Amino acid sequence: MTPSTRLLRRTSRRTVLADRAATVVLWATGCFVLLILGGIVVHFALAAAKVVSPSFIFGDPSSTALGGVLPLLWNSVYMLVLAMLIAVPVGILGGIYMSEYAGDNRITGTIRFAQEAVSSVPSIVVGLFGLILFVDYFHFGFTALGGAFALTLFNLPLMTRLAEQALRAVPQDERSASLALGATKWQTILHVVLPLAIPGLVTGVILTAGRVFGEAAVLLFTAGMSTPVHYDFLHFSLTDQSSPWSPFRPATTLSVYIYSLQSEGLSAFKDQIVDGSAAILISMVFVFNLGARLLGRLLTRRLTAA
Amino acid sequence: MAQTSSATRLAGLRAAPGLRERLDIPRRVVFLAAASMIGIVAVLLAFIAWQGIQLFVKDGVPVTQVFSTTWQPDQTVAGTNFGLLPFIFGTIAVTAVALLISAPLSVGLALFLSEVAPNWARAIVQPALEIFVGIPSVVWGWLGLTMLVPFLASTFHHDLAVSLPVVGEVFRMPGFLTGFSWLAGSLVLSMMVLPTITSVSYDAFRAIPRDLRTGSLALGTTRWQTIRHILLPAALPGVLTAVVLGMTRAAGEALAVQVVIGSSPIMPRAITQPIETLTAGITLDMGNTVFGEPWQDALWTMSLVLLIISVGSVVMVRLINRRRMAI
Repeated sequence: MTPSTRLLRRTSRRTVLADRAATVVLWATGCFVLLILGGIVVHFALAAAKVVSPSFIFGDPSSTALGGVLPLLWNSVYMLVLAMLIAVPVGILGGIYMSEYAGDNRITGTIRFAQEAVSSVPSIVVGLFGLILFVDYFHFGFTALGGAFALTLFNLPLMTRLAEQALRAVPQDERSASLALGATKWQTILHVVLPLAIPGLVTGVILTAGRVFGEAAVLLFTAGMSTPVHYDFLHFSLTDQSSPWSPFRPATTLSVYIYSLQSEGLSAFKDQIVDGSAAILISMVFVFNLGARLLGRLLTRRLTAA
Repeated sequence: MAQTSSATRLAGLRAAPGLRERLDIPRRVVFLAAASMIGIVAVLLAFIAWQGIQLFVKDGVPVTQVFSTTWQPDQTVAGTNFGLLPFIFGTIAVTAVALLISAPLSVGLALFLSEVAPNWARAIVQPALEIFVGIPSVVWGWLGLTMLVPFLASTFHHDLAVSLPVVGEVFRMPGFLTGFSWLAGSLVLSMMVLPTITSVSYDAFRAIPRDLRTGSLALGTTRWQTIRHILLPAALPGVLTAVVLGMTRAAGEALAVQVVIGSSPIMPRAITQPIETLTAGITLDMGNTVFGEPWQDALWTMSLVLLIISVGSVVMVRLINRRRMAI
């Protein structure tokens, strides 16, 4: 065996070893992430099993020490609906422009830059913007409406981008066929492109909505942070601040409540309450992600089969 | 003849569109919806910038004072000093260490998903990552507060010292007093930005044409050689973009960081000591201050700094990707 072949063999052995080591390390990263996620899920599942009960959710927050998170859940859902009321139509319309009309010009470039800029702004700064506008200048105080407005700013770039992606995924042939039949551009968009994009749009809406549940920094200084009170759902009014239906009242969501307990919680049951609330929050996010996938798939099958 | 006449008729139709067509209201509506984003950015920038400069304009604080290290904003105590340096340094420091932990891990995970994992493994890890993204920041904060912080405090309580036989002690780091620390913040953040960096760099690896891989492997390289010498350089702009996006998210994260870093606005000496970030400072003090007082104006200046960081990172991503286009 000549020295050179020995060298070659040694280097090649080293190369093979390096390759094996790399494979092991890369597998390890995959397992690591699964382990962490598994640990978190198990942790909260165990905690939730101890804490979450009907009284934890539906109990009277002012009387029972442990529980009554229903008002907070209600506020989370309420804020979500309020925020999506603006973000969904504006986002889809914006998506239509970006997908169907936008040319490769400076205006389009500016809009894209603005989109990226808004989505990169820290959520706490978006919250501060809501604070300055609604609390300091308009003197609304902390209201659900102000929080929803800030959430809209936070969500609009994502909604627009997901809507654009959904519309772009519609094959060009569908548009050409419609236009060839004499339909105008707008008729084509309304009757051909939009219906075909529905699965993608629904997925986009759900994914955007799912972010609202977890978001707290945006709402801290806009919708307010207070201890939960009992809500009388039969008292329906859109202007009375004591009605849970009114957008002109402070609305502490589940996420904001979890944060407030962490930073200045005084309750003796703080740990249990946060564990239980966090478990509910995570399952909500989980349901939303799963729902987006399943609904999207179902709609695709329905609409393409028809 | 008939043909020409219909052609002229068509031309006539094209030449004289109706009022409705000329107005093309739908186009205007969707344009407004898309362009609203420009308006939002402009108003947001204007408001935060205006509030952010009040500290200098209205309260007469010299700009240079911002770059000092003493934070004493309380007017009821004599000698206010609005040094934002501990906050700015804190944000940079916490973010940098978080990226040092998270970037290799995330890029490794992206490589695992795109190059190594068999289909069944990918089918498990990818949905897991989607759930990872969905874990709210307040939950990360809670996990950090109840598990990480006590763990750090109890396990690494003593000073960490490195001694060499002849030279003696070469390195000494104080242990964790309470666990609330720079490292705790960085660890929490590294978990939070992991899915962001992973998914963007995964896309970058997927975008590399298959031929590059097969060409390299056909030359007799191992998979790791292909990854190191072909795939990583080819995906570098995408990976950098991923890291910058992770950085933006880390620097802007407020609540999860605030509960674990101990909020102490002085320059830290070691990674085991409490620290303060821009976001945490704003979160803590905004509610305790009155609109218009210098203390709150300083908080607005902090948010202006945050805004500059985030818009700056958008520009950075654009520059990185322009270079890719040029090549």
